[in-house]
Amino acid sequence: MELICPAGNSAAYREAVEAGADAVYCGFRNETNARNFPGLNFSRDEMAAAIAFGHSRGVMSFVAINTFMRAGSEQLWFEAVDDAVTAGADAVILADMGLMAYTARRHPAQRIHVSVQAAAASVDSVAFLVEAFGAKRVVLPRVLSLAEVRNLTHQAPCETEVFVFGGLCVMAEGRCSLSSYATGLSPNMNGVCSPASHVRYVPQGTELVSRLGDYTIDRFAAGRPAGYPTLCKGRFSADGRVAHSFEDPVSLDALGHLEELRKAGVKALKIEGRQRGKAYVAEVVSTIRRALEARPEARPAILSRLSRVSEGQRTTAGAYDKRWR
Amino acid sequence: MTAPHTRPTLTLGPVLFHWDGPAWRDFHFRIADEAVIDEVYVGETVCSKRQPFIEPHLPEVIDRFTSAGKRVILSSLTLITLERELRATRDLAGQDDFLVEANDLAALRHLAGRPHAVGPIVNVYNAPTAALLAQRGAQVICLPPELPANSIRQIASATPQVAFEVFAFGRVPLAISARCAHARARGLHKDNCQFVCGQDPDGLRLDTLDAEPFLAINGVQTVSHACQSLVEDLDDLVAMGVRRFRLSPQRCDMVAVAQIHRDVLDGRLKAMEARASLAALYPEAPFSNGFLHGVVGAAWVEGRHRLPR
Amino acid sequence: MQIPAAIRLALVPAPLFLVEAGARKAFEVVLARHPSLVDRLGAYAERTFGFASSDLPFAFVVTPRPATIRVVRSIEPGMADACAEGPIVRLLALLEGRVDGDALFFARDIVVSGDMEAMLALRNALDDCEVDLPTDLAGIAGPAGPLVKRAFERIRTRLLDPTTWN
Repeated sequence: MELICPAGNSAAYREAVEAGADAVYCGFRNETNARNFPGLNFSRDEMAAAIAFGHSRGVMSFVAINTFMRAGSEQLWFEAVDDAVTAGADAVILADMGLMAYTARRHPAQRIHVSVQAAAASVDSVAFLVEAFGAKRVVLPRVLSLAEVRNLTHQAPCETEVFVFGGLCVMAEGRCSLSSYATGLSPNMNGVCSPASHVRYVPQGTELVSRLGDYTIDRFAAGRPAGYPTLCKGRFSADGRVAHSFEDPVSLDALGHLEELRKAGVKALKIEGRQRGKAYVAEVVSTIRRALEARPEARPAILSRLSRVSEGQRTTAGAYDKRWR
Repeated sequence: MTAPHTRPTLTLGPVLFHWDGPAWRDFHFRIADEAVIDEVYVGETVCSKRQPFIEPHLPEVIDRFTSAGKRVILSSLTLITLERELRATRDLAGQDDFLVEANDLAALRHLAGRPHAVGPIVNVYNAPTAALLAQRGAQVICLPPELPANSIRQIASATPQVAFEVFAFGRVPLAISARCAHARARGLHKDNCQFVCGQDPDGLRLDTLDAEPFLAINGVQTVSHACQSLVEDLDDLVAMGVRRFRLSPQRCDMVAVAQIHRDVLDGRLKAMEARASLAALYPEAPFSNGFLHGVVGAAWVEGRHRLPR
Repeated sequence: MQIPAAIRLALVPAPLFLVEAGARKAFEVVLARHPSLVDRLGAYAERTFGFASSDLPFAFVVTPRPATIRVVRSIEPGMADACAEGPIVRLLALLEGRVDGDALFFARDIVVSGDMEAMLALRNALDDCEVDLPTDLAGIAGPAGPLVKRAFERIRTRLLDPTTWN
């Protein structure tokens, strides 16, 4: 199985290559990618240099152009695809059907991977994208169970790639407007979810309150780790009962299921976290690489060091365990 | 639509909430008999486990609408992961008696080459995507609720072959998950949910820790607490090329809600008065129109900030 | 991860102007060696960032463009657009891009206030710059550079490990 690693900048790209990535995914520094965070991502020159460096080391580059084109400004997205192709991208990761159509028409030889943001959760959805745009691979939503991943991989007319580590979306990706409901900015349109521009931490008595826009997302007792106010990980009250209504603040760790994923025929494993930096990339990629090369029974010991990465956060195998639902 | 309309079409969206079978049937009967609705979307879009509740009543509801001269469009499921959901979607898309609204790419695959509608949860954010879907047979596209007016205008003017629809009234579908937050809130698992979502026919209100109403849970779907209302924007939307307005069923007098929108569209009622009447009909939630105005979705932008034409 | 008490006590009486002179020199060197930092920050380069050390008796107020740095006893309201407060070694780790972007907020050993987006931009920009204080600052020490570099590295290793980051 290929190991697909995140890079938010050139330094992280180099770390990923050194750590044993088979491919690195990254995006341009604008709203064409779903990690449109300040100070992050690649200029055209940086992207070309990173891709060339990757190729010199036998590592592929996938360029994520996975937001939805803003009506009237489609050229920005078209140029991102053109420039990724010119820079030598081994694949472009796309979510917008109009952009897939453009890419298939203008660059028929270019490999298209379907972003998780495209919400292809069933074999028919995948088949639709393969038939319509010649997609070669689909990144599966984090809402599928292992059995569903296996089924889909067997029946799908293209390769499948699954997330195994990092952030976890509780909601079906690419179909969530919670962020724009509270802040006006959304993953689909702006490449941001619960954006930092709308985050405030407000001391209230002995507590620290995390707010997103005009809404309180959580409260923390003095000295307790304060979570980032991602909307779907917040605490709310229903009928007077306070709870993490959608999901506890957990991150995804499906590394306990590597053998099942391999047997299911999954082509590639994806690590989330372009926003987390080079130290995270180096640690996570090298550890998972060593685990993949080890015998299955030796893996847990190797992988245990990753618990540090999720410090302050619990992890879950997410939907891969059917019980999660 | 197929024949050019000079008069904008009023549609009733699929019931998003879990109403028990007889209530679901009676609601639709009354719409069929009394409401100034032109077309109706029918079908379970949120959770396949609810389908058995409405299926026994589907034929009589469809008959009632057809007899009343209202066109029926069958809505497909939004999130498809199970084999039986896939089969149901294939069957639905395979029939030729009624137009089908695709709410997922799976349905689009099976509808290719035949006339169909595209629902608000399929990501149509720009004209190239709309044109692509039109080429594959889409006649009607209900645009995503988070789209701002600028995008709607661009898409509608560049794709005149499609009848565009916007989400004009109701709590906005904001997210869908494979997990059921409704069951979770009641201490249950999805597989043994006991259909607790049926206890909240207008959604289960979620408040922030400051006791401010924020969202509502509808089974695996999350909807806004605020009720989106574009009643003050109808004229502008018509001028932009929008030809259809969707009223999404809430627990209130939807016959009256429809009449108000019809009266505004036909020039018999002023938008400001219409808004006051709607507020009286549905006092459970504040109104929002922020998405359309390109700001926070939950916000209400006053009428004096008119949209540029 | 606090700095040793002996060092802390030794620094308490340090006059601000001396600290500021040293900090300014270090700041100039880092900016000169990493010109891409300001580029990458874009408009955020003009924001003012406060760094308040919880274990030293002074704080830094920094603007990347035009490059200015001030040393103060404490950061008063209105002095900075965004502020990070924590042990000095953690703040230096932030400067070297060793702090995880997500962990910056939830770890709570650094408390960020004010303009979150600006602070996130700074963290992200620093992550790419590969600031390495021992190497970057060795030049200031002239002929003693290599010695200073090794001393820096030893201190950093001792203070930061095993939690090099996060």
